[in-house]
Amino acid sequence: MKRQTYDGVVLAAPVSVPYVRYSMETAHWWIARALRDTLNTAGIAPQDLDGLSISSFSLFPDTPVGLTQHLGLSPRWLDTVPTGGASGVIALRRAARAVQAGDVDVVACVAGDTNRIDSFRTLLSGFSRFSMDATFPYGFGGPNASFALLMDAYMEEYGTSREDFGRIAVAQRANALHNPDALMKTPLTLDQYMDARMISDPIALFDCVMPCAGSEAFLVMREDDALRRGLPFARISGTIERHNAFADDPIQLCGGWGVDIDELYQMADASPEDIDVLQTYDDYPVISMMQFEDLGFCAKGEGGAFVRSRDLTISGDFPHNTSGGQLSVGQAGAAGGYLGLVEALRQVTDQAGGTQVPHARCAMVSGFGMINYDRGVCSAAAIIQGACT
Amino acid sequence: MTKPLPTPVKKNPQKRSTVPTLPPVARSRAALGLAVAAARGAFALQHCEDCGAVQYPPRDACCKCLSVALDWRETDPTAKVLAQTTIRVSPDPYFRERLPWRMGSVKLAAGPVVVCHLHSEVVRGDTAEIVLKLDKAGQGVMVALPQKGSEHMQDDPMLRAMSCDPRHRRVLITDARSPLALPLAKALLGAGATTIFIGEPEDWRNWEGRAALAALENVDLLPLDVTDTSSVTRLAAEIGGKVDILINTASFLRPGGVLGGDTVFARDSMETNVLGLMRLAQAFGPAMAGRTADGVNSAAAWVNLLSSQALAPDTSFGTFGATQAAARSLSQTLRAEFSKAGLRVMNVYSGPADDEWHQPLPPPKVSPSSVARAIVKGLIDGLEEVACGDIAREALERWSADPALFERELRGGGS
Repeated sequence: MKRQTYDGVVLAAPVSVPYVRYSMETAHWWIARALRDTLNTAGIAPQDLDGLSISSFSLFPDTPVGLTQHLGLSPRWLDTVPTGGASGVIALRRAARAVQAGDVDVVACVAGDTNRIDSFRTLLSGFSRFSMDATFPYGFGGPNASFALLMDAYMEEYGTSREDFGRIAVAQRANALHNPDALMKTPLTLDQYMDARMISDPIALFDCVMPCAGSEAFLVMREDDALRRGLPFARISGTIERHNAFADDPIQLCGGWGVDIDELYQMADASPEDIDVLQTYDDYPVISMMQFEDLGFCAKGEGGAFVRSRDLTISGDFPHNTSGGQLSVGQAGAAGGYLGLVEALRQVTDQAGGTQVPHARCAMVSGFGMINYDRGVCSAAAIIQGACT
Repeated sequence: MTKPLPTPVKKNPQKRSTVPTLPPVARSRAALGLAVAAARGAFALQHCEDCGAVQYPPRDACCKCLSVALDWRETDPTAKVLAQTTIRVSPDPYFRERLPWRMGSVKLAAGPVVVCHLHSEVVRGDTAEIVLKLDKAGQGVMVALPQKGSEHMQDDPMLRAMSCDPRHRRVLITDARSPLALPLAKALLGAGATTIFIGEPEDWRNWEGRAALAALENVDLLPLDVTDTSSVTRLAAEIGGKVDILINTASFLRPGGVLGGDTVFARDSMETNVLGLMRLAQAFGPAMAGRTADGVNSAAAWVNLLSSQALAPDTSFGTFGATQAAARSLSQTLRAEFSKAGLRVMNVYSGPADDEWHQPLPPPKVSPSSVARAIVKGLIDGLEEVACGDIAREALERWSADPALFERELRGGGS
């Protein structure tokens, strides 16, 4: 059956609460700040909040249920999206359908996590059953070690060099220098990238994100609602999600987008050339490169040549991760799965400030989440269009 | 090529001993199956009884057909190494002390992809043999070994931490008068042990065989009576900080069942076989548990010699069987108590020995030298449960399969 469009549903009111490296506050605190800002932007009082979608790793022992009472909210629609780096797109597509069906008028989508000293280690220890049973007892390198295996196999298979991945990291740092809220504030050269110390070969220091605390939010509502409230908004041209794709591949060289990408372009009636801004999930440059391929910007294995031939900065011919991405802004837990979508929403509504790509109207956002055992399980992507009002 | 381990230097008593840390210990119930297999040196994975799929990591249902009928079966351990990494940063205290640490991803010929420890001689593209080992936390872990290792491959630091190799280690054998003492001391020295302490009960009384033991180089005969608490404490005070492996060979055996049995003999065998073990554990255990991270010659293993009658008795040796069952039970408590320190408890089960007490029994019987070989091999392989000889091997298998049936068979049913 052909999927319905998202006509009449939009997203608006992008919020990024500036990240900090360590925070003694809780996920509740970070979520409250982002929620308050996004509701304020739309002029909605907390007690009038209609729907809520939450993504967080550090709410324990609470769930979003506890959060409603904690924050004094009484929504008629409540969702929790546990897909990590794919949370933003997946929260959006669920909220959009609920708004479209009339189950709810406005959904606040919020992701946030705190980061106390040692909380990264404890988060890892209890991350998933397979990681507890079958990866962390093997050197406890965390995601660095798991992605090092992917990168090692990818480089071996396609002959990609470290310089190629370095170009992605270096371009994002250049972008981050235009984002006052990025945690990384000094320029990064390709030489510095190449000379950095190894963390888990071939993953070196500048291949890694910095765990931090922060939160992100946006609202999903009907288009007439956004117009009535005077909010700049973006329409949803298409979305996809997929879990545990290509399970028989011995090592993950292709993400789940490979299954669904044609449907995404069909639904959006678009092709890769139509994308003005791309926001990929960049927990590691190799994963961004994999997305360039799987999202159809170049053929499988040609990611290295692609980044050599394109300029990935804000002013370049292929603007990518314009805020600096997680590599330069920081990874605030589940908020990392929102960062690209919230930045894309700012871009296509001309609200991106220093990182604004001129005339950006059409953005693609992809998410990648949850390294459950040896690979990322969740993939998602969306194409959104800024409204010309 | 693995470099041979350096000969350990004399310990500086002014320096603090490294406090033992453990790799991650938490596992799901299903994953404990790996430790069960590793404890006996088997390579077993979950096989689906309905569709035959082989899977890893361990699950609660088949990932091909959703059946919950899963069975742990011996599996082809051949694998191809797909990818490798060297971890140089880890937030975990155990691995942090041992960085850099190599791990990799391998594809088993049997199907599943396994993330595993890589031996230093294994690299991407190699065909490797995957083995299940018990790590310092006592959990079963996957290790990729070279198909044809070099001379000193056992000295790889990762592999050494999984084993209780006697090489460079000092061993206490608790009973010099056991017929096992001489072949065991020789086998341990042959495997590279540096010093063998041997406890000698009633050392004022000369006995046949003493001269042969005393003539061995690097062997110290020292007074020890496991039925005497002060004797055990005295020896622990003298050498407790230097015992890396303790092998309890003390055993008291008299034939006889319950009806008509002699309670004095029963008490004597309890004193040696059960309370002797407890005395040794109380005197030597804490010092060994404190020294499991003490360099090349760190404390590594506690070995109990048990009869397979620990599982179910041969009724003509009923009271002896009771002491073996009790000693086995104590060993399990001890295993739990030592697990926090990463000190391995290995139980070696053997069938009737070829000695005076089993003289009227028909073969097969177990020779002391074959028990000695089984102990040394079990230590090198880092096992917890070792069967020596056909009778013990079969007993362990039949008991594992169905304890109630095994007991009836021993009573003479089922012919």
